[in-house]
Amino acid sequence: MSFIKKPNARHPNLPKNKLGLTRRDYEGALSTLCAGCGHDSVSSAIIEACFQLSIPAHRLAKLSGIGCSSKTPTYFLNKSHGFNSVHGRMPSVATGANLANRDLYYLGVSGDGDTASIGLGQFCHIMRRRLNMVYICENNGTYGLTKGQFSATNDKESKSRKGVDNMFESIDLAALAIQLGAGFVARSFSGDKDQLIPLIRAALSYKGFAFIDVISPCVTFNNHAQSTKSYEYFREHNEAVGFLDVIPENEEISVNYAEGKSIEVNVHDGSKMLLHKLNKSYDPGSRRKAIGKINDSRDKGEIITGLIYLDQNEEDLHDTLLTTEKPLNQLKKKDLSPGLKKLRQVNKSFS
Amino acid sequence: MKPTKISNPEYFHKVVDCQWACPAHTPVPEYIRLIAAGRYTDAYMINWESNVFPGILGRTCDRPCEPACRRVRVEDEPVAICRLKRVAADYKGEIDDLIPTAPEQKNGKKIALLGAGPVSLAVARDLMPLGYECKIFERDPVPGGLMRTNIPSFRLPEEVLNEECDRIINMGVEVQYNKEIKSLKEFLKEDFDAVFVGTGAPKGKDLNIPGREECDKNIHIGIDFLASVAFEHVKKIGKKVIVLGGGNTAMDCCRTAIRLGGKDVRVYVRSPKVDMKASDWEIEEAEMENIPIYENHVPKEFIHKNGKLKAVAFEKVKAEYKDGRRKLIPTGEPIEIVECDDVLMAIGQDNAFEWIEKDIGIEFGEWDMPIVDRTTMQSTLPRVFFGGDAAWGPENIITAVAHAHQAAISIDLFCNNKSLKKRPEPHVFLESTKMGLHEWSYDNGYAEVDRLAVPHADPKVTLADRKVEVELGYDDRMAFEEAARCLNCDVQTVFEEKRCIECDACVDICPEDCINFIQNADEQELRENIRVPALNLAQDLYVSGKLPTKRVMVKDEDLCLHCGLCAERCPTGAWDMQKFFYFGAQSHDGCKK
Repeated sequence: MSFIKKPNARHPNLPKNKLGLTRRDYEGALSTLCAGCGHDSVSSAIIEACFQLSIPAHRLAKLSGIGCSSKTPTYFLNKSHGFNSVHGRMPSVATGANLANRDLYYLGVSGDGDTASIGLGQFCHIMRRRLNMVYICENNGTYGLTKGQFSATNDKESKSRKGVDNMFESIDLAALAIQLGAGFVARSFSGDKDQLIPLIRAALSYKGFAFIDVISPCVTFNNHAQSTKSYEYFREHNEAVGFLDVIPENEEISVNYAEGKSIEVNVHDGSKMLLHKLNKSYDPGSRRKAIGKINDSRDKGEIITGLIYLDQNEEDLHDTLLTTEKPLNQLKKKDLSPGLKKLRQVNKSFS
Repeated sequence: MKPTKISNPEYFHKVVDCQWACPAHTPVPEYIRLIAAGRYTDAYMINWESNVFPGILGRTCDRPCEPACRRVRVEDEPVAICRLKRVAADYKGEIDDLIPTAPEQKNGKKIALLGAGPVSLAVARDLMPLGYECKIFERDPVPGGLMRTNIPSFRLPEEVLNEECDRIINMGVEVQYNKEIKSLKEFLKEDFDAVFVGTGAPKGKDLNIPGREECDKNIHIGIDFLASVAFEHVKKIGKKVIVLGGGNTAMDCCRTAIRLGGKDVRVYVRSPKVDMKASDWEIEEAEMENIPIYENHVPKEFIHKNGKLKAVAFEKVKAEYKDGRRKLIPTGEPIEIVECDDVLMAIGQDNAFEWIEKDIGIEFGEWDMPIVDRTTMQSTLPRVFFGGDAAWGPENIITAVAHAHQAAISIDLFCNNKSLKKRPEPHVFLESTKMGLHEWSYDNGYAEVDRLAVPHADPKVTLADRKVEVELGYDDRMAFEEAARCLNCDVQTVFEEKRCIECDACVDICPEDCINFIQNADEQELRENIRVPALNLAQDLYVSGKLPTKRVMVKDEDLCLHCGLCAERCPTGAWDMQKFFYFGAQSHDGCKK
């Protein structure tokens, strides 16, 4: 880790967003992760996405569990709400927070250990419940904090740094997410911000459970020649299927993509998403095809990235539970105790 | 763009803005680090080798380095480079043993140096250790030239001036004082292998408006007045003094006048104040001494009565700018009459070459100036060289020193029958500063401190005695703090593309958003395409070769803080912080085998 503070000096021509803030106003403390860690790039992508969406810092809550990845919320959005919870239990905390205040953006950051091992149960249920949040798994296939054991997402063919074989099958988090009800499922790479930033922007704009599996190489324990989660391996085996961007309300679509076909998708808050298909035959609207595509790519030795699945009927836990429209902290005594007349009406409805 | 050729020493040299801007290319960050380390003697010696007069320049330099300082672009105020140089001079230890000596055995070549100003002294310093016999001819009874006659003692104390002049003369330079050369034709008959003309621009400009002749007794040419004060021929001046002109000489004149008894001293400038030629800090100092400066006033007449100066009549004007040219248009307001006892005219200086005959082989060009080669300082008469203000008109001391180094190289090559066109290469070193995982041999943290003001002596004392120095200089604590503001621009970010895995860590950490990994294009397109467009065209882009993803690394050098965080966050050592040391060639490099 660096011993000096990141200088406050900044480029005088940094772009400003609608709030008059620069990207640097969304930064956090200086990272203490290993130099070159993919997670730092993900933090940087989160900073850029929040900056671009002009999210006021106090309207976002960042939540995490335990692990290298779960340390990262310290390194971005230092003026936002934060909760560094128990290992694998971030979904419970996120659920509680979201039920209490539905008006905030919820951004969960987790790792492959926190998500696919100790927290797998919590991960499954939060997806079933379609909690309105963005869940980013910084997936490096290894337990970096405990010196490089295989994690549950490490591919079976991927050997350890010292050449030891991996004995077990890996869990594909994207496939699991699609199966269990996540409405927005994407996969990306920490080293490809051109793809990752728009995906995070889109995920933050999506209502429902948005999951992004980010391959984020561990430079210390899992970036060697026989690893399938190294910078080099990923770049050689990446198959991008779709490109997604968010077009804020009242803004023209000005992006021109070279090939494929673009579809506009309406989002609940009035903005639009532009889904660009790099692969014409691929339809991200179908669960069955999405899972099929993941499996096909895997068989071919490719890693599918981009927006893999999108359920356009955005629906979240509040819609299911018919909860109150207002955050709990905004409810007045009148709302909570509507009076005798109302009580009688309620009682009457049971008779 | 093609990959940047960092093997060309001028690429990284340009990144060191202060050194690049310095005519003598003094290694500024290097000596500032030495000052921070308390190694004042070493800091002084680097300066002495490079600019010859650190004590003098630390007080009087025109500081082309400071407006160039990167800190100006990052925030507002440059590092106080000039005043840090003074610190090195003030606190240095014994240096006599560190000064090169002239060999007992001379090389048989004799060089004549005309004028004992900074340029001739610097040429002598460069040539003496090589065995040349140098002889200086000086019109005045003491050495120093304009450093003595034009710069008042309250800015440059005599002891400092004497020390640095004597150090050169004591190498064994023969000086003939009170000797003005009246005819170069005659002089060339003497037995010298080369003649160097360093006679400056000694003629102050005059203003021929009505009343000039009648009032001659009370109208003085600025530089002559300052010289008379320095030699103590003039000890007082009238109560009401008008100074005409807006350059540094005008500032010295007005400040000298209030020290000689002037009670109502005013400066009148033809142009608007923003166009004044004087350095900002010299204007500031005059204003701190409560001297008013009136802009847009053009003198029209010296009003006199009974043969005595009474007042100056000014026409008021306003400036209009068209196609980059300024025009002063009368406003039509009534003529302003300002009473005065004396007038000091500091409206410019000219060269005076009446003593160089036109038939001796030295060709003259525009403005009646000798034709001098910009690189070699040689005139069209091969054994005659020019330098300092004598070469191309009034400049400053540091430019004279730069001329001197080149002239000395040329004279040495000339005396050895070698081509003057083949110039010696600079001395260049590039070495890693890496000490540990995240440790460097320089202080890479960014010091968020404002520029420290130099403390001044009590004005009651300094205004009463023209020999008391106004500035006290930094103490060691302040010098340390100010030195920490230096960004170490000579510690270069060196990128090795073979090691890069394109993890983006450097892009993410860079506090100034300098680093980019993008598709290559031509320079203009790259300047537009990077994260924050590179609009400062004076600063280069550092471009790598092609990386595995077919992109290139593009770094905008403009605002790089040299904080080393890119190298600290790089997992593969593709970035390294390497100290670049550049020292311009001098006379002893010219004929090296």
